[in-house]
Order: sequence, then C-alpha cells, then structure tokens
Amino acid sequence: MKFGIVVFPGSNCDIDCYHALKDTLGQDVEYIWHDTEEVKEYDCVILPGGFSYGDYLRCGAVAPFSRVMDAVKVHADKGKLLVGICNGFQILTEMGLLPGALVRNKNLKFICDTVALKVENKETPFTNRCTHGQIINIPIAHGEGNYVVDDEELEKMKKNGQILFTYQENPNGSVLDIAGICNENKNVLGMMPHPERACEDLLGNDDGKFILQSIISFLEGGWKSE
Amino acid sequence: MNNYDAVGLTRDEYDRIIDYIGREPNELELNMYGVMWSEHCSYKHSRPLFKHFPTSGEKVLQGPGENAGIVDIGDNLAIAMKIESHNHPSAIEPYQGAATGVGGIIRDIFAMGARPIALLNSLRFGEIEKYDRVKYLLEGVVEGIAGYGNCIGIPTVGGEVYFNSSYNGNPLVNAMCVGIIEHDKIHRGNASGVGNSIMYVGAATGRDGIGGASFASVELTEESEEKRSAVQVGDPFMEKLLLEACLELLDTGSIVGIQDLGAAGLTSACCETATRGEGGMEIDVLKIPRREKGMHPVEVMISESQERMLLIVEKGREREVEEIVEKWGLHAVVIGKVTDNDKLVVKEGEKVVADIPAESLDSSGAPKYYSDYQVPEYYKEAKKFKYNDIKEPTGYNEVLLNLLKSPNIASKEWIYRQYDHMVRTNTVVKPGSDAAVLRIRGTKKGIALTTDCNSRYCYLDPREGSKIAVVEAARNIVCSGAKPLAVTDGLNFGNPEKPDRYWQFRESILGISEACRELDTPVISGNVSFYNETDTHAIHPTPIIGMVGVLDDVEKACTMYFKSEGDIILQLGETKAEIGGSEYLSIIHHLETGEIPFINMAMEKRVQEAILEAIQRGLLESAHDLSEGGIAVGLAECSMEKGLGAEITLNTNLRRDLELFSESQSRFLISVKPANLDAVARILEESRVPFRSIGKVMGNKLQIVMNQETVIELPVAEIEELWRGAIKCLIE
Amino acid sequence: MKAKVYVTPKKSIADPQGNAIGRALNKIGYDKVEDVRIGKLIEIELGQITKEEAEVQLKEMCEKLLANTVIEQYSFEIE
Repeated sequence: MKFGIVVFPGSNCDIDCYHALKDTLGQDVEYIWHDTEEVKEYDCVILPGGFSYGDYLRCGAVAPFSRVMDAVKVHADKGKLLVGICNGFQILTEMGLLPGALVRNKNLKFICDTVALKVENKETPFTNRCTHGQIINIPIAHGEGNYVVDDEELEKMKKNGQILFTYQENPNGSVLDIAGICNENKNVLGMMPHPERACEDLLGNDDGKFILQSIISFLEGGWKSE
Repeated sequence: MNNYDAVGLTRDEYDRIIDYIGREPNELELNMYGVMWSEHCSYKHSRPLFKHFPTSGEKVLQGPGENAGIVDIGDNLAIAMKIESHNHPSAIEPYQGAATGVGGIIRDIFAMGARPIALLNSLRFGEIEKYDRVKYLLEGVVEGIAGYGNCIGIPTVGGEVYFNSSYNGNPLVNAMCVGIIEHDKIHRGNASGVGNSIMYVGAATGRDGIGGASFASVELTEESEEKRSAVQVGDPFMEKLLLEACLELLDTGSIVGIQDLGAAGLTSACCETATRGEGGMEIDVLKIPRREKGMHPVEVMISESQERMLLIVEKGREREVEEIVEKWGLHAVVIGKVTDNDKLVVKEGEKVVADIPAESLDSSGAPKYYSDYQVPEYYKEAKKFKYNDIKEPTGYNEVLLNLLKSPNIASKEWIYRQYDHMVRTNTVVKPGSDAAVLRIRGTKKGIALTTDCNSRYCYLDPREGSKIAVVEAARNIVCSGAKPLAVTDGLNFGNPEKPDRYWQFRESILGISEACRELDTPVISGNVSFYNETDTHAIHPTPIIGMVGVLDDVEKACTMYFKSEGDIILQLGETKAEIGGSEYLSIIHHLETGEIPFINMAMEKRVQEAILEAIQRGLLESAHDLSEGGIAVGLAECSMEKGLGAEITLNTNLRRDLELFSESQSRFLISVKPANLDAVARILEESRVPFRSIGKVMGNKLQIVMNQETVIELPVAEIEELWRGAIKCLIE
Repeated sequence: MKAKVYVTPKKSIADPQGNAIGRALNKIGYDKVEDVRIGKLIEIELGQITKEEAEVQLKEMCEKLLANTVIEQYSFEIE
C-alpha cells in the first residue's frame, strides 16, 4: 500500500508521519511537494501537522490554495482515503471536506500533552482495529483545536457515526469533547491528536498504531464496512 | 554630546579608530565601530578572562569563536550547541524578546550546517507572588518561546525557571539550541576565495533593533521603555523556510561560508566572515532588500531585522543558489564579493561610504578592559550565619508542603505544557525529569540535555556556586544515563565596570573553569550578558550551564521517578549540616545568607561515575540528584508522576530540619530491585561512595520516620496536587 | 455609545502575519497586492457617557490594555 504525505511550507510533522509509517509499520511512503499537480498513485494521502504558511491568518487558511490541493480533492472525491492530522484537520475544514471549524483553545494557550481518547465508532477505515469504547492515549500539540460546528450538522454527524474520537478530559473546549471526525462517506478523517507521535515503546507510548494499523488493514482489504 | 558618545564609545576608543584608519571616521564608519565595539559584540570586559576556560579536548570539533560549538558523539555524528541571552529585549517586550531570542539561537546552529533538533530555555523572574509585572513578563516570555519554537517545529525539551527578588527589574531569558551534524558537513562563517559572491537571503531589512546591540549594553532605565522602535519582531515561518533552504544549499557544495545576521546585523556578519576568511569584502547597501523606504546606509548596516543570512557563494554558482532559495519561496540577491585586501568596503551604488580594515572592527581589534575587582562586604558577612540562629520548626508536613508549592520547587508543567516537546518524535525523556533525553535516529545512541544554575549560591559564593552549577548539570546528565560531554555557558551579570560585580564575574569564570576541567567537559560556546541591573540593584550572578551528554544505548535512559513497589531506595553521599543559601532557609525562614554547601570534586566524580556504571549495566530503576529542598523534596519528586509512595527511615545525629532540607552536595537518590542490590552495593563500595539504604517504594503515602519518630506522613496525591498546581495558581 | 478601536502594528515594526498573507494573495493571483498589515478591530459598548469622557477613557484603555504600545499603534471611532 502506498502512502503520500503532503509537504506544505511550514509542515513540521511530515517527517514524523513518514517515520511512523515507514520505519515502524513498514509501509511504502513518499512525500508530496505542495507545488505538484498529481497524487494519482497513492492509496492514502496524509495532510500532516505543523504551521502551513505560518498559520498566520487562520490555521489552515492558505494551504487549500496550494497547487496540489485540487488533485487531493479529486483523490478524496473518488472515495480514496485522506487523513488530516492537527494542522491537516484544520486544512480539511477550511476546504469544506469536513464540517465545522477549529478555533482557539478555551484557555487561549497552546497545549502539548498526552490525552486519553475514547473510540466512538469502530466501523470505519480508521478505527477498525480498535474496540468500541476503547480508551487510547495519544499526544496533542495545538493552540487551535477547539472544534465548533452548528447543531444541525452535529446531529447529522452523530446519526451517521462521524464522530470517531472524543476526549476523556476535554483540553480545549471542543463541542461534545470531539477530538476527531470523518466525513459522511467515511473516507476522510480529521483529528487534532497525533497518532504518529505514539508508535514506539521507546517514546513511551504506541497507542497510535491502533489508528495507523486500522488504515493499513482497510487498504489491504482485511476489513470491509458492514 | 560628542559624536563618539552618541554611539556609546569613549574618547580613547575614538582615538583607537583614528589609529586604525589614519583619519577621522565618517558617520557610517563611526556607527559600525560603535555597534561592534559595544560590550555585546566585542566582549571587551569579559574576553580577557576566557583564557581560563578549558575549550579543547579529543571530542571537541569546534570550540568558541564560531556561531556554535561542536562536540563529537561518535558514528561520524556531532552535536552543535550554543546558549544566548535575550534579557533586555524581553524586559521591554516579553513575547517578541523571547521569540527573537529563540530565532537567533536557531540560526546560529544551522549556520554551522547542523539541523536544529532541540531547544532549552533558562529563565529567571522576580517575585511572582508580589508583582503583576512579573506575571505579565512570565506569560509573555513563555508564549513567545512557544510561539516561535512550536511554529518552526523544533521541540522545546527542557530548561529551568527560577524566581528571586534580584530579578524584579531584570528578567533573564537565555535560549539554548542543539543541532546534529555529520563530521564532514560542518560549515563555518568564512568569507574566502577572492571573487566569490556575497549573497543575502531571508527577510527584508527594516529599522528593527536599530542600536539593539549597544542597547543591550547599557543599564535599563525608565527611558528604555521609550526606545520603542528598537523592538524586533520574529517570523518563525520565514525562519523555517530559511532553515530548510540553507540546509539544502549546504548540501550542494556551492556555499563557501555562511553566517547569520544577529546583533549588529550586516556590519557584524560582514566583518566576522571577512576576518575569519582572512580577506576583505565589498558590499553595496543599495542591493540590500528593504522593508521601508528612505533608509540611511547606517540604518541598513546596523539593522537587526530577524531571519536573515549571509552566504559566501562560489563564483558562478549564484543561479543554483537562487533556484533552491526560490523553491522555498524566498529570494537570494548578490550584494557584493570577496576581495583580496583586508578591507571591509561598503558602497552606496558607486560611492564608497565606508572603508575600514575588517579585523579592526572585530573583537580582535576592539579594546580589552581588565577591570578592578573587589570582594564585596556581603560575601564575608554571609559566612557568619550559624544554623543555631534559626529555630527548628514544628510540623514538618507543613514545611514540606510549603517548600513544594514555592515557585522554585513547584512543577513547571504550566510552562512546558505550552511548548511542543514531542515534535519530530525523538523525545525519549520529556520535560520534568532531571535531563531531557533524545534519541539519535539511525543509531542506538541518545543525547541528554540540561541547563542549570543555582544563582543564590552564585551570589553568596560566586566561585563555589559556579562550580556547583557545572556539577549539578553533570549530575542531571548522569542521572539520565548519559556521559557528560561539553558545556555552553550563558553568563548573566551586572555592570562589569563596578568592582564588586566584576569580582563576581571573575570568580564565577574561575569556578566554571575548574569544574569543567575536573569533569572533562570543555566549554565549547557561550554568551555574556552584562549590565543586568537597575539603578543600584544587580541581579544575582547567573552563569547558566547548558550541558550535553551522550548515551551509547538510548534504551537504557533512566528517569527520576520511582517505578514499582518493593524497590529499595538508597541515598548516596553524606548529609551534613549545610543549609546556607538553601531553599529551606529562603522559603521557611526568609533568609538568603550563609555559607553554601561544600563541594568535593574528587568525591563528586566518583559518585557520578558509579551511578553511570550502574545505569549502563541496567541495575537502577530510578536516579535523582538531591538539590533544592534536600532529601525531603527529593523523595517527594521521585514519588510523583507514578503516584508511588515510600516508607523511609532516616537515623541521624543532625537536627531534624537539617537532615530533611540540607543541600549537601554529591548526593543522589536511587531505587533498585532487591535482586540487584548486591551488584549496586559492590559498585558503590568499589568507588568508595558512602551510601545507606533508607527504605522502600511502597503504598501511596510518603512517610519519613526519623530516630523512631514519624516526622512526615503525606498522601502522594495531596503532595502532587499542590506541587503541580502551584504555578498555575500563582498566575491565574 | 459605541466605539470601534483599531489596533495595528506600528509602521516601523515588521508584520510577519501581513507579509505572509501578502505573499499568499500574490500566489493565488492577486498580483496588485503590494503590502498587507494585520491588526485587530475591537468593538466596545459604552454606557451613558459624554463623547469627551469616552475619548479620555478610550485613550486610557488603549494605553493600558488594548494596545501593546511597544509595538502597536491604535485609533478609535466613536459612534
């Protein structure tokens, strides 16, 4: 299976995703420069964390205009997997590929910590190796991870099982403690926590593998939506 | 006012300029000398003492004098590191002052060709309980460090924060950066090869920090608050692009020399690279990209706009450089060339506007001052203190809790939680333990990093206090399982023209030199910040020691926290009646006096070597050095994190408060599995290290029984809640 | 009474946010954009107060809290 990681000016966690997928999980991974036009060959495209274009106006506001993003959108429209982590999640909401928006943390401070997440729906390409209600510990590192969305959309998301991860102790003020969501079609994931930072015992935690291995299982055909 | 006064020079210094150039300098030339001969750039008061530092060793690949020092860690890899102060800018505008401090030190590291992999920060503030201004400064500085480091994607993995009234008017912000580099990729700031091009890359030049360098060399007065245009604003996104572009450029072989534009901007970068390259340079100020209209050549030459680099490029390869730089969304322009004389010539179009010998501008050409020094009265006075002068407290539970919630000992989590300390997924030991540990990808190795300085000790006894700062840094490195390798020092002092302050500085340098020599940790880079005083009040001498150590097997990294019930706790080293300068004396008795603890370097080395051997053989569950707050605080610190308590028995002839809170040196707490006890005891005995078994990791309470009487009994949860929340509580 | 307070970076101060947004606007085709500076608009609802008093108070608010006068300038409108 082939993963592609988009590198924007200001991406920081591109290299972390690369190492987690390649060194720890043995996958085929390539970087995709923001100024390229095609992303045809990838089974899963990842928009990594960081501060794309400095994140100066709003987080993730400028990245959607990068040259590569038209192709990324086509990739997602075809039903292939697209994952946005942290800044990538912010970019996906700015593009309208995921509902809602991410605003400043309730305490107005950047927070770097490891938090407990509850898996709310295991029937997706991103969570199939988890158990329902499983608690996994995943690091967060963001200043604007406070998820907001209107009530109508929220109801729809609940009904469709689009809420995938919630915080056990809400760090940032997100509505319904939301940490990660997917689109209606369940092929686009956005989450503030960083699974790629939790893939090795040496770093004290490998719970992130539950998520990355779910993706690999799905791509290998080991799991089909019911 | 004379024209030389206006740029901060003396009549003698002005005459020295005339001697160098054989005529009166013009306005631009005078300003260039003014910034370069400021204390900040020339080290004119400190340089004569640097000869005492040990700066070489078989592992030192680059000592002081370059943008950063470099030390070998094996496997063809090396560590570049440097610490630098940004005290005065942070006092005026805490967010931008701290942010640009971080930005500046990162550029120093990648200017050597190294990839920055970690940041640390050593901060000092005034009495946070008393002043809102101190809270404002702390919040601003922490946000500035976070804003810059998080955005550029370099983890902030460690540092220290202390509070003391001596910093009420003068906060200290020292930023340290560490980078990794292969031996054959080391670059230096040399302008050599006649005809090679000088290229400028990065942000445009504005009127930022005009006079910033000389600004950092005068005491803060009320008027400084008015010098507002001097504030520099950091752009971490620009720096990220600059960093990636420069590292890619250095791989092409087209770059002869590289230098960041820091204090004194272009003037300093041109004169330093020309001097190191043993040649001359000619640049045209009209070619410098500018942010503002109508800038005078003086402003262009001394501007301290951030995120700019100077490249010396092999002639004919300029286009190649431009292409790589443009790929990263930046521009590079040729601003001049290397010449075959020793002159720094600045032109404005065709017109020569400055023409001076490059070396005369540099620190080698600047004057040197050997100030008078004098032992201050307080030093002798403090030694008269006897512990019998203070009453033994009643209720040790309360004393311990008061210490644990005091801002110097309380958890700094509120601060480091704002720093991304995990990005790039190499952080094996996170902030909070004795030293941070990072793995070195592609090897089995790791490095340990710390910064340390107990400035109360350094005030009461600058020489012994500075030695202790070095050995404490080494202890923290050793407790994480690493062998100490090298030091970068951030020397923060008052006005060196005052004899008592200069005495503190001189004593401190001698102390650091002695300890570094003993521990075989050479000083490979550093920074001096003088004039940290307001009116008559100077900061405590604060020589911050940044240290790096190496672990051959990063899997063996050790932390200070107790790991499992039943482990046996040993105390290494001896507890003596040493509470002079202690945190206990300061917090509980409101005294800042006494003779500081005695440091026996021979014993210190033996203990450190024994601990290192035990960790490397996998025999220890935890290791922690005893420092502020003594054994009582040390035990509490080991208990938290995992919430494991301890049952401790201390039998002693000392007064109870001395036994609990003495800060005697060369002491450690280790915990071992019962099965490993004999092996550990053998190592300690062979090393002639005194030790005693004091109890077990057990339950969820910290209980200390002394001479058959329970003196402390507290649930770990209660201790932890107080300790973890104290700083947040003080700020909010 | 209503007031609008504008806080912007001083002219002589670098504005990294503005620069980055200016470059982004150029990149997506707005090539006439030469300079962008980013500030804050703060809307304040004031109770019963004369215009003169409001001006005095707003100036104080800006100096004390709303603007960081080390690096920012301010102006206000009263409606």
